[in-house]
Amino acid sequence: MPKEVLIRFDRCLGCRSCHLACAVAHSSAGSLLGAVLNGEKPRARIFVHQVGEHKAPLNCRHCQDAPCIDACIAGAMHRQEDGTVTNVGGVQQCTACWMCVMVCPYGVIRSDADGTMALKCDRECRDETGIPACVRACPTGALVYEEVDDYSGQRRFDVLHRALSNV
Amino acid sequence: MKGTSSIDPASLQMLKIAREEGLQTAWDRYLAQQPRCGFGELGLCCRNCNMGPCRIDPFGDGPQKGVCGATGDIIVARNLLRMIAAGAAAHSDHGRDIIETLRGVAAGEIRDYTIKDENKLKALAREFDIPTEGKTVQDIAGKLAETALEEFGTRKGYLQAVDRVPQKRKEIWGKLGITPRGIDREVVEAMHRTHVGVDNDPANLILHGLRCSLSDGWGGSLLATEFSDVLFGTPRPVRGRSNLGVISKEAVNILVHGHEPVLSEMLVAAAQDPDLISAAGAEGASGINLVGMCCTGNEILMRHGIPVAGNFLQQELAVITGALEAVVVDVQCIMPALGQLAACYHTKFISTSPKAKFPGAIHIPFHEHNAMETAREIIRQAIENYPNRNKNRVFIPEETAEYVAGFSVEAILSALGGTLTPLIEAVKNKKIRGIAALVGCNNPKVTHDYNHVNMAKALIARDVLVIETGCAAIASAKAGLLLPEAAELAGAGLAEVCRALGVPPVLHMGSCVDISRILTVAAALARELGVDIADLPVAGAAPEWMSEKAVSIGAYVVASGIFTVLGTVPPVLGSNVVADLLTRQARDLVGGYFAVETDPFKAAELIIAHIDAKRAALGI
Repeated sequence: MPKEVLIRFDRCLGCRSCHLACAVAHSSAGSLLGAVLNGEKPRARIFVHQVGEHKAPLNCRHCQDAPCIDACIAGAMHRQEDGTVTNVGGVQQCTACWMCVMVCPYGVIRSDADGTMALKCDRECRDETGIPACVRACPTGALVYEEVDDYSGQRRFDVLHRALSNV
Repeated sequence: MKGTSSIDPASLQMLKIAREEGLQTAWDRYLAQQPRCGFGELGLCCRNCNMGPCRIDPFGDGPQKGVCGATGDIIVARNLLRMIAAGAAAHSDHGRDIIETLRGVAAGEIRDYTIKDENKLKALAREFDIPTEGKTVQDIAGKLAETALEEFGTRKGYLQAVDRVPQKRKEIWGKLGITPRGIDREVVEAMHRTHVGVDNDPANLILHGLRCSLSDGWGGSLLATEFSDVLFGTPRPVRGRSNLGVISKEAVNILVHGHEPVLSEMLVAAAQDPDLISAAGAEGASGINLVGMCCTGNEILMRHGIPVAGNFLQQELAVITGALEAVVVDVQCIMPALGQLAACYHTKFISTSPKAKFPGAIHIPFHEHNAMETAREIIRQAIENYPNRNKNRVFIPEETAEYVAGFSVEAILSALGGTLTPLIEAVKNKKIRGIAALVGCNNPKVTHDYNHVNMAKALIARDVLVIETGCAAIASAKAGLLLPEAAELAGAGLAEVCRALGVPPVLHMGSCVDISRILTVAAALARELGVDIADLPVAGAAPEWMSEKAVSIGAYVVASGIFTVLGTVPPVLGSNVVADLLTRQARDLVGGYFAVETDPFKAAELIIAHIDAKRAALGI
């Protein structure tokens, strides 16, 4: 089973460390200070929002039935062997028609700074341990990178622990 | 040096034990804190009001202004100014405590201290325009202390020690409006300016930062040094031993850690009390072994040759030897982790300052008024704790290194035969290429002592006389660089001078407030040569800095006209405007400027290039 970036919403402090780390991972310098000193303007592909009192990160779910792939007229958006959905390295180049942006149910596909290409989570940020930059950067463990069943197993444990601890 | 915690074998042995015992140290906590918050690293986070906290996106991919409209440049500048203010406050409050002690001694309220250096007292009195003719030492000391305390909120327009700097420097400060006016005043104004909606011009903020730092270097720190000399004696060259191996297997070990000499001086005196020594004997110990750590360690090693167990990152390692009966602390650079760590051993962690309390510490309030009684009580507690030492858990590394310390300005002059002329001649004929001041902390971002020791070695090898204070100096002590024999590591010219004078190529000038001694030497050299401080072939460096005090130090050294290399990156890169002010524009404004270089060998090259350029400009 492939691993996914999964969110524990109750842990998000809204610090935007994931946002910054994602941008840095997509910079030429590859480091925060290096990118800043180079004057680079890399763009993040993960987003942090606040709705009422709730803070939450949101990024591409790499859907199995991905509307963005179906909608991509250019033939750029595709799924890689490891399940990653990306518009980089496809049979054709992205033409910036924004169909993927319009059909994405989560709104996590955006434009590059020049408006010439759609940008999305491409998981090209994983280090030697294979963990994405946003997950490594999260100081509270709000973002985890694990198999879905491991995540749901932990959630069941947490729920039962809360429910039964006073019994 | 990646992948290694320390270059010090004693520290590495203790870290191995810490791992085996499952004990956490600063290095573990450093790793646990990764990854660092990028906004904090760049200085782009503002918490100065409750409309925030606000952060500025460094890549333009998010908010570019805080709620009030502050840009990244404003936020970085405000944060830096607050760091300077905190550092200046720490040094200056230390200075105030020393002067208060002298005032109490003069008034007869404090009986356990005496005035050890009457000559220095009178010299300072003359500087402050206080009559000495026909006056008793007590009278002079009282009046001098009162006058010096006025420096904290002086209304005369500028601090007294401004008169120590060359005329040209005074004019530079005057023109920029950064002449320090009052020690407390500049800190208060820094806090005012950084309040929401006050100073929002990055350059104006940084200029005040320089002024605030000058109130430390030529104010609070300088008074701390000078008045400590009056009370406790002006340091003279003295030999002692350094590193964790100075902790004794058989004696009652008391580690004094922190910064102010008021407490430690009295502990040094009390530890010689025959009653207490025999009490230690009665508990089965061979005696009382007082050892220092950090700048309190520096204060008592400079004046008494008390062994120094280590620098900042070794405070936990000393506890892990399992052989400390007490860790006695006052203020600054004391890790709150010590309480929990000491609880893993029999070690008593004793706090003494009303300003600095710690979790897991026993608080024994130290007042100058009953100093000896308190010092004796602290030592008694340590002695009583000796039988609780678990000898099976004791591991003391064998490493020690001898040092010669105690190079106050007066001691340097004395070594030179009373005048600066021989030093100036040695610089002119290039036996000494220049002078570099290496100061500051340890920081787990850097392999412990790696930058300090390698930079010092690289500089002396190229005939740069190195003068040091603080944790940098302790690193050199452990590496054997503070010995006259270390001249063999120096270039031919410097080695010749060292051998002729019988001094080490790296001179230990004291604690971190004693960087004021370095300023005083620099000012005296400049006056002697009829030039500005900025014209001298001298440079500064803080190779492993971490504290806000170091930020203030860096700022006042630069504002005094001296090029300074930082070995760890300050949180200012979020603003090109501020970074440019510090590393480029400062040169035109005040003569000094910053560089950041984390590689000690490259940092040494920067300093050598700077020194050579200054020599060329002077035509020597």
